[in-house]
Amino acid sequence: MTYRLTDEHEELRAIVRELAAEQIAPRAAAIDESAEFPWDLKELLAKQDLLGTCFEERHGGTALDTIGQTIVAEEIARADATTSLIPIVQKLGALPIQLAGTDEQKDRYLPRLASGEWLIAFALTEAAAGSDVASNRMRARLEGDCYVLNGSKRFITHGSVANVLTAFALTDPDAGGRKGMSGFIVETETPGFAVARVEHKMGIRGSPTAELTFDDVRVPVENRLGDEGDGFRIAMETLDRSRLSIAAQAVGIAQGAIDEAVRYAADRKQFGQRVADFQGIQFMLADMASQTEAARQLTYAAAARVDANASDLPYWTSSAKLVAGDTAMRVTTDAVQVLGGYGYITEYPVERMMRDAKITQLYEGTQQIQRLIIARQLLQRAGVGARTMDRSETTA
Amino acid sequence: MKIVVCIKQVPATTAEKRYTADLRLDRASAESVINPLDEYAIEQALRLAEAGAAESVAYLSMGPDSAAEALRRALAMGGDEAHLVTDDALAGADEWATAKVLAAALDKLGPDVTLMGMASDDARGSLVPGAVAALRGLPLLSYGSELSLADGSARIRRLTATGYDMIEAPLPVVATVTDQVGEPRYASLKGIMAAKRKPLETWSLGDIGVEGGSLRGAALTRVVEAKPPEAKPPTERVENVSADEAAAKIADWLAARKLI
Repeated sequence: MTYRLTDEHEELRAIVRELAAEQIAPRAAAIDESAEFPWDLKELLAKQDLLGTCFEERHGGTALDTIGQTIVAEEIARADATTSLIPIVQKLGALPIQLAGTDEQKDRYLPRLASGEWLIAFALTEAAAGSDVASNRMRARLEGDCYVLNGSKRFITHGSVANVLTAFALTDPDAGGRKGMSGFIVETETPGFAVARVEHKMGIRGSPTAELTFDDVRVPVENRLGDEGDGFRIAMETLDRSRLSIAAQAVGIAQGAIDEAVRYAADRKQFGQRVADFQGIQFMLADMASQTEAARQLTYAAAARVDANASDLPYWTSSAKLVAGDTAMRVTTDAVQVLGGYGYITEYPVERMMRDAKITQLYEGTQQIQRLIIARQLLQRAGVGARTMDRSETTA
Repeated sequence: MKIVVCIKQVPATTAEKRYTADLRLDRASAESVINPLDEYAIEQALRLAEAGAAESVAYLSMGPDSAAEALRRALAMGGDEAHLVTDDALAGADEWATAKVLAAALDKLGPDVTLMGMASDDARGSLVPGAVAALRGLPLLSYGSELSLADGSARIRRLTATGYDMIEAPLPVVATVTDQVGEPRYASLKGIMAAKRKPLETWSLGDIGVEGGSLRGAALTRVVEAKPPEAKPPTERVENVSADEAAAKIADWLAARKLI
């Protein structure tokens, strides 16, 4: 399977890059410092139709292919990782509806998400169920024409700003998380829903990560996604696709750090010459650039697999996320090194980028979980099967 | 009410400008954009259309084939259609030839308002709007910080040193606007997609009834020299002295140049 970037992709990159450089990058430091959700940038992205890229035109979206969506996330993350999460989480939360929703559910919710009128969050992780999704405990009990949800969710990105959630709860506790979990569309105005707290974080600080509590939250039966017991499968199929956005985010963060490091090295003089003229610095910059390019191309290749709905797409999206996340961490750390003491202070953006990069190794499946997924597919392909843990992942 | 916005494709402001042997701008060497000052004219036209004061907005440009990219970008911001006049006979056109060609194309389009930016970023002659108005025998409303349309006339607000003037003329008019009209919008993704389906027509000189020979080699003027600005003298720094000494030195420096 091959992929090729079209003129339309390059045009898309150019317009998002211009918007990000002029309107988003100048806000990044203040967003990080205040740790407040950038509502103004959410409005800007909505106005420019950049929250609707993963939605069909009949739902008000622009129906970009996955490479196009990847380019949007990458170029925004290059300026600010926090802001890139606005379209990324809009897709993450909507994917369960796109994958398993009825036409009625799609018609009711997707247009509001595509336009940016509503924000959505994906509520899977619990305090005691991170990588081990199957140990989820939140309950959903059928009572008449409603499910009654009780329990709590933790590490839910945008949980405190979302108008609606795709949430997962046990409808059959005896069957366990893998077979007894179901997905629901939950509007956050519903009585009994509350935001218990918003976490203080190391990076992506403007993107609220919330603990959510459900106290007899009544969800109409027509808001169940798929059949009872489909929840685990829906969640996994969602993550198989959504983690590619994190690969794109990681590539963008890395590229942003390279931009800063190159600019600084070309400007800074020590020992009577530009820092960029030292071979030791050149070698670092070359490694940063070539590794980021490799991660970028792997991400695009995985995007093509997603569009083709290839049977081995988890192998590709996990590989992309693993490589891109580790690359972002390494490249941003090296960028701080290139800037020296200036890299360590908030006057320059690379320390923020380094803090932001760390999350890409953690959420939507830790790097260790990605390796399990890759290994399982590798062994299956070799016909030897995989004796790994139950299919399990983390989200945040 | 029909508005035609004249736009020019220019090298990006930040691009290093190179010249060909006959001192023409080497347009192939740099990234090209819509002249930034024309974007304000586009923004003004689209605001008038959104407010219901104009029914249609079209774009007109004279330039090489690649100028179609600038027109397509303008259509992505909004508007209905675009026209490009391109002809080998126009290479090296000066303001006079440009104005003749635009005037002929505007005769064909017949807009109520011809809107332009206050200058182009590359040549900065600022002559074309006046020349087009003269050639077409129309009033010129120049340097507006805002353009409004009502009751068969156009009115601009022009900032002056002491306040502002309101200047009005009956339609049709030629008008230019400044960067005071408000920030030009970014093209939205849907706008970019829709722009691909909007009509973009290419005209030769023959299509607008201009004889190539009447343009006298496309220019009455000739660029005889193109030089970068002279380098500034190095900055003089006053360092490692007390505040009083520093103030005295700076005062002496300014006094020596009769600045204080």
